[in-house]
Amino acid sequence: MKTDYKHSVALSDNKCKGCTTCLKRCPTEAIRIRGGHAVINPARCIDCGECIKVCPYKAKKATHDDLSVLGKYKYKVALPAPSLYGQFDNLDNIGYIIRGLRDLGFDDVFEVACAAELVTAYTRYYIKREGLKKPIISSACPTITRMISMNYPSLCENIMPILPPVDIAAYLARKKVLEEHPDLTEDDIGIIFISPCPAKVSYVRNSFAGDRNYISATVSVRDVYFALLDVMDKRAGEPLDTTESGMIGIGWASTGGESSAILNERYLAADGIENCIRVLDQIDNSDFTNLDFIELNACSGGCVGGAMTVANPYIAQARLHSLKRYLPVSPNRPVGEWIPDAFFNEKGVEYNPYARLSADRHTAMRMMSDIEEITGCLPGIDCGSCGAPTCMAFAEDIVKNETNADECTVIMRELFHEYIEEKKTESILERLKPISRRSGEAEEESSS
Amino acid sequence: MSEAVKFRFDVDGSDFSSAGAASVMVKKKLRQLGYPPEIIRKVSIAMYEGEINMVIHANGGTAEVEVYDDVIIITLSDTGPGIPDVALAMQEGYSTARENIRTLGFGAGMGLPNMKKYTDSMEIDTRIGEGTTITMKVYL
Repeated sequence: MKTDYKHSVALSDNKCKGCTTCLKRCPTEAIRIRGGHAVINPARCIDCGECIKVCPYKAKKATHDDLSVLGKYKYKVALPAPSLYGQFDNLDNIGYIIRGLRDLGFDDVFEVACAAELVTAYTRYYIKREGLKKPIISSACPTITRMISMNYPSLCENIMPILPPVDIAAYLARKKVLEEHPDLTEDDIGIIFISPCPAKVSYVRNSFAGDRNYISATVSVRDVYFALLDVMDKRAGEPLDTTESGMIGIGWASTGGESSAILNERYLAADGIENCIRVLDQIDNSDFTNLDFIELNACSGGCVGGAMTVANPYIAQARLHSLKRYLPVSPNRPVGEWIPDAFFNEKGVEYNPYARLSADRHTAMRMMSDIEEITGCLPGIDCGSCGAPTCMAFAEDIVKNETNADECTVIMRELFHEYIEEKKTESILERLKPISRRSGEAEEESSS
Repeated sequence: MSEAVKFRFDVDGSDFSSAGAASVMVKKKLRQLGYPPEIIRKVSIAMYEGEINMVIHANGGTAEVEVYDDVIIITLSDTGPGIPDVALAMQEGYSTARENIRTLGFGAGMGLPNMKKYTDSMEIDTRIGEGTTITMKVYL
């Protein structure tokens, strides 16, 4: 089990009030409230960023590099995700953003959307291969990939083995710099990904794509957006850089962009983590022979809905529609009809049985019996006051010795009532009687 | 045979969208117990098909799962119309589902055949007008 997993969702204790909002919304039940604060179980967290989005106190945040990371490298290349382009109001040309990135100190820009067009082309080749396990599931959303590796063992091999666009962009960007500047060493080059979500930050940090990690650092779309606002204004009216991506690459930023581009109508595209889970449950249960490709995005709207963006995802999507309108369809094409070895994920996706109660099945079965019995005694209202998202999760925590039954407020209230019953009214109730009699008389007087 | 862990679920006959809920729960439980993925998949497909059948034909019922160390026993019981000709119902593609059910993508006549295919044994006890009980076993 991977316990050394590096996450990108963090909590600031002083802002967290210990409310149950994130607890209830976490799709993998990774959050508990302990000692008045939310605690994330790293073995269960899939970095979807739901808790960041729903926290009413802004106590959760994504941990990414900040822009000062540029200072670490001699030669810096920006890898903007296409979702960045949808953040700006009244923008009519992506060239302003490319120019703005150079003004921020980047020496070059390699658009992730360009690599996305290559991935689209490779997907079209790949999907035609014989003997593939269908439906093929997109590898682009790291939250979905992690979710599958944890909960859907039989779907692990459905995940497309071609690397996501960001990895291919990083590989090509690094190669380009080394070719153009032979004097630079690997360490001189900073390949800096501008990410819409914490899941992609974790993806990079944990070298999901194998040891070939070509990305040096990950900054947020939000930080870059605000920095760009300052520099872009000053350039109004000046000659621009041009975008090298087309309609297809930019389309990847929102749901349906990736799957509609592979020119195969037997696809499904879903977004929002709960919807994705429902789709996965159904594929897992039945033979979906009529579908070839499935695109799942953990965020509503797709990558434009990531927790590290600024704009409303649907507004961002609308802006992208008009930005890409006059662009060529797909200017980035691979040289031949083969997929280079470097673009395959050398690791593959393996089942991670994180949910196992115990490595020994007999122990696990005994624990499961106890969980069932305890769950039967609990109120079943899933209020979250105990710090667990559901009564059943609470029962699991009790059996795992992570909490005590007396954390259940409903049980405690019943115990309290019993206690009062035993005390037989004498103290508080006896004292209350004359008061209520007094006010009752007063009421009679006033009404008469 | 060691002590079993037992689960019981009510399958709501009025709601197609919730059909499969018991199968999803059982999958989660089996993962927690550390059963191998192939076993989990067999149990979950057989249960899912059974749940759908109970919703389409029998207005719901109950699903009971007994988990032993070496075998998982799934018992699906309903008080529906019963199956008049079991041999016919077992044929792939044979279905008595109404047209409105088929338009939802169900009723392809693969339910019972899939339940048999994904389990190691299946017994059907059916009485016309009284109901059907199907017992399936998946051995480790």
